[in-house]
Amino acid sequence: MRALTATNDFVVKFANVNGSGSASANTLFAKSILRMGIPIASRNIFPSNIQGLPTWFEVRVSGEGHLGRRGGVDLMVAMNPQTWDRDVAEIEPGGYLLYDSTKPLPKSKFRDDVNVIGVPLTEMCNAAYTDARQRQLMKNIMYVGALSALLQIEPAVVEALLGEQFKGKERLAQPNRDAFHMGRDWALKNLECPIGLRLSRLDAVGERIFVDGNTAAALGALYGGATVCAWYPITPSTSLAEAFERYCRRLRHDPETGRKRYAIVQAEDELAAIGVVVGAAWNGARAFTATSGPGISLMQEFVGLAYFAEIPAVIFDVQRAGPSTGMPTRTQQADVLACAYASHGDTKHILLFPEDPHECFAMGADAFDLADRFQTPVFVMLDLDIGMNDWLCEPFRWDDARRMDRGKVMTAEELEAGRTFGRYLDVDGDGIPYRTYPGTHPSKGSFFTRGTSRDRFARYTEHGPAYVDNMQRLLRKFETAKAYVPRPVERRAAQPTRDGVIYYGSTSAPMREALAALERDGVHLDALRVRAFPFHDEVMDFIARHDRVFVVEQNRDAQLRTLLTIEGCVDPARLVPILHYDGTPITARFIRAAIADKASALNVVPLRKAVP
Amino acid sequence: MSYLPKPRLHHPTLPKNALGYTRRDYEGAISTLCAGCGHDSISAAIIQACWELSIEPHRVAKLSGIGCSSKTPDYFLGASHGFNSVHGRMPSVLTGANLANRDLIYLGISGDGDSASIGLGQFAHIMRRGVNMTYIVENNGVYGLTKGQFSATSDKGSKAKKGAVNTDEAIDLVALAMQLGATFVARGFSGDKAQLVPLIKAALLHRGAAFIDCISPCVAFNNHEGSTKSYDFVREHNEAVNRLDVILGRQPITAEYEPGSVIEVTQHDGSVLRLRKIAPDYDPTDRVAAMNYLQERKAAGEIVTGLLYVDPDPTDLHAKLGTVEVPLNRLGDAELCPGSAALARINAALR
Repeated sequence: MRALTATNDFVVKFANVNGSGSASANTLFAKSILRMGIPIASRNIFPSNIQGLPTWFEVRVSGEGHLGRRGGVDLMVAMNPQTWDRDVAEIEPGGYLLYDSTKPLPKSKFRDDVNVIGVPLTEMCNAAYTDARQRQLMKNIMYVGALSALLQIEPAVVEALLGEQFKGKERLAQPNRDAFHMGRDWALKNLECPIGLRLSRLDAVGERIFVDGNTAAALGALYGGATVCAWYPITPSTSLAEAFERYCRRLRHDPETGRKRYAIVQAEDELAAIGVVVGAAWNGARAFTATSGPGISLMQEFVGLAYFAEIPAVIFDVQRAGPSTGMPTRTQQADVLACAYASHGDTKHILLFPEDPHECFAMGADAFDLADRFQTPVFVMLDLDIGMNDWLCEPFRWDDARRMDRGKVMTAEELEAGRTFGRYLDVDGDGIPYRTYPGTHPSKGSFFTRGTSRDRFARYTEHGPAYVDNMQRLLRKFETAKAYVPRPVERRAAQPTRDGVIYYGSTSAPMREALAALERDGVHLDALRVRAFPFHDEVMDFIARHDRVFVVEQNRDAQLRTLLTIEGCVDPARLVPILHYDGTPITARFIRAAIADKASALNVVPLRKAVP
Repeated sequence: MSYLPKPRLHHPTLPKNALGYTRRDYEGAISTLCAGCGHDSISAAIIQACWELSIEPHRVAKLSGIGCSSKTPDYFLGASHGFNSVHGRMPSVLTGANLANRDLIYLGISGDGDSASIGLGQFAHIMRRGVNMTYIVENNGVYGLTKGQFSATSDKGSKAKKGAVNTDEAIDLVALAMQLGATFVARGFSGDKAQLVPLIKAALLHRGAAFIDCISPCVAFNNHEGSTKSYDFVREHNEAVNRLDVILGRQPITAEYEPGSVIEVTQHDGSVLRLRKIAPDYDPTDRVAAMNYLQERKAAGEIVTGLLYVDPDPTDLHAKLGTVEVPLNRLGDAELCPGSAALARINAALR
């Protein structure tokens, strides 16, 4: 039988039962490979459930450093009888199946073209442990032990990781070490080790870190000076607020009094969460909320108020598959339009599109400067894939010389000196007025904030020209923002081409891989990664420079393409949608095939040369 | 309402408070509500209370939702920042504002539609969080701006102007506030300024969630025969449990009281609430007894007013969270940003 062979380039997938304690063992497996200097991309595929339903963990080992999902499975660790059939079916021909061989399974349960590796995990655990929970948990560590023998993971690396994980808790460390070796020793003794899939130490990780986007965004908010966080629990954004609290507890207490330099409110719903943010920001604090699609729907009214009354707000939207409750634990980029034009009336909002946790941190901090500078809501558009999965990315960086940009805030001294204050008065043509914080001055600078129309001095009016004047200024302000938001990043093709591709967010890693593959196929594309809305002029220039631009997205309706079409008055025929929206992260294989397919279909080859 | 702005000139003999401000300094824009609207009386009572307490107007933040009542913050304390937010959501905005700067005085103005219908959820949660504020519901039992629909505080059996009879139970915001943990609960009547002004003063001095349900008849849509929120009906059925005097510092006692007829409650800031008892045995510091009494009198068809419950030693959201004394909106880069060295340690832990 054929057996796949590959070094540092394969996919391992673990099929587990939710709540069985597999997550920490799987993380141990992933991290041990990283510690051997080999890049990996790992993804949790989990149900909307706490205990009992199937869950998967996929690790792509890529010495070349590809961080997107590859697709396909070379080694399946099948620990869940519930999903056995589909798990076995997913293995590539010539791939491997590791399973718990304690109970014999009929031959019909296996495939002829797959290499079967049985390890009597339950039997070994039952022999070694009496406690039921321990029997369950140690089974996971045991298969990591077996895998270390089969794939050549250095045992010293695993030992070191266990030491770090259970630092100061030797009572827990030792049993884990024992279980690891039990699994490893059994495999070395009873199986042919290693198999065709092997790991070999590299130096390809460098100083990169391994972290999820939600944690990174939370740290960005902390470094960006956020003091008020109001949120309502919703997958997949919950861990963002929780990470903010965790890091604040470490880094944001007054050293003398031990009291908090932050306030976190778990609100009664998303409406209240954004309400708290708007109130706090109106009063001069940096405030944010973290949510997902359904929360965005609920926040619409307040977002319109914040836009119209010009109040800063930062909203982290960790997108999941909609509409409605959709697939709450599956990824998508399907809130682009809902956020760009959130709320009734004419509105436009700043959106940022981080590609990985490194950018979640950077943009997480930048969002607060932008929100203050433009006195408007800013959406940081993560998705479940970035937010809840650990990514190998560049380390977080911070310039200690950096200061918060609080934007145009008139002080008591300026008011006292007689400076003219008009809350909605554009003094220098950039569309951004001055604001004052409540309580600034005894007799100057107070104003009444409202969602109703008003003049340049915040006085209520329903006078048409005053309303139009204000709406035009808001447009001007949005225009100014183009130059402040993160610029797009262009990657030129190896040879001149009239074709381009636009992509954003978590599509970035698979896109890089797909571009390289397409190039090998002879398809040359200039590529532009959009990082923000409003679109920088370079985005429209890029489209203008190409005859045809593919727009790769993870939603059904080509939402970014729609936005480009509307905002840039682009002929839709020139923007070719490449769409992936089944809830799994987009893969390089998918992009490559879809673009190759469209590219050939759209290349009209004349049957006969036209007569001159 | 008055269409002519009052002249800015002050009469030289107008009395001044400790800050040297006259009552005029606490006024706002001209009201656009109907002539005789109870809400304007409440605005006047707020002006009087703030003036008497010598509160610096700019240290007050006034927040409201949407509706007739929510328009009123424009009509008092013109030197304060105001925020007319969205319908039923003032409590969350006020909570956020309070978190950002604990040093200001927060005054939330709402109506029965704003707080008991669309905003009942937020009303409940701000009370249970114990946000330090004065929350006044200008309660007229009717939707005024949309011309006369019943609100959720309309009493069962109350008749609308066009004759329809309300068949739904009324929501009793006072009972809710008490049950949800508000530490100061009162009910007033816009037609009784002598009672209302001290209640607002006491609430402003209270350092926790203070709630005043103020019955405020709607002259346009709910002041007719058959309405239970009309001036006549409320006057007839108003049963005050006590009369309140708010005493600041060590003011000498000038009046003589019958022994046992006065309860004194010292609030956290040192102010003394002197309550002249009207209902015998009513103890406003006993929450359970107060709730029972209110239910009994409600069943008897009375509208109980006065200071109904006060916790002299309340806690508030900042105390519960353990935030620093300095307002969060005044913290700078040095206090908020842990810097690159801390980040290097975080990076190291993620490898």
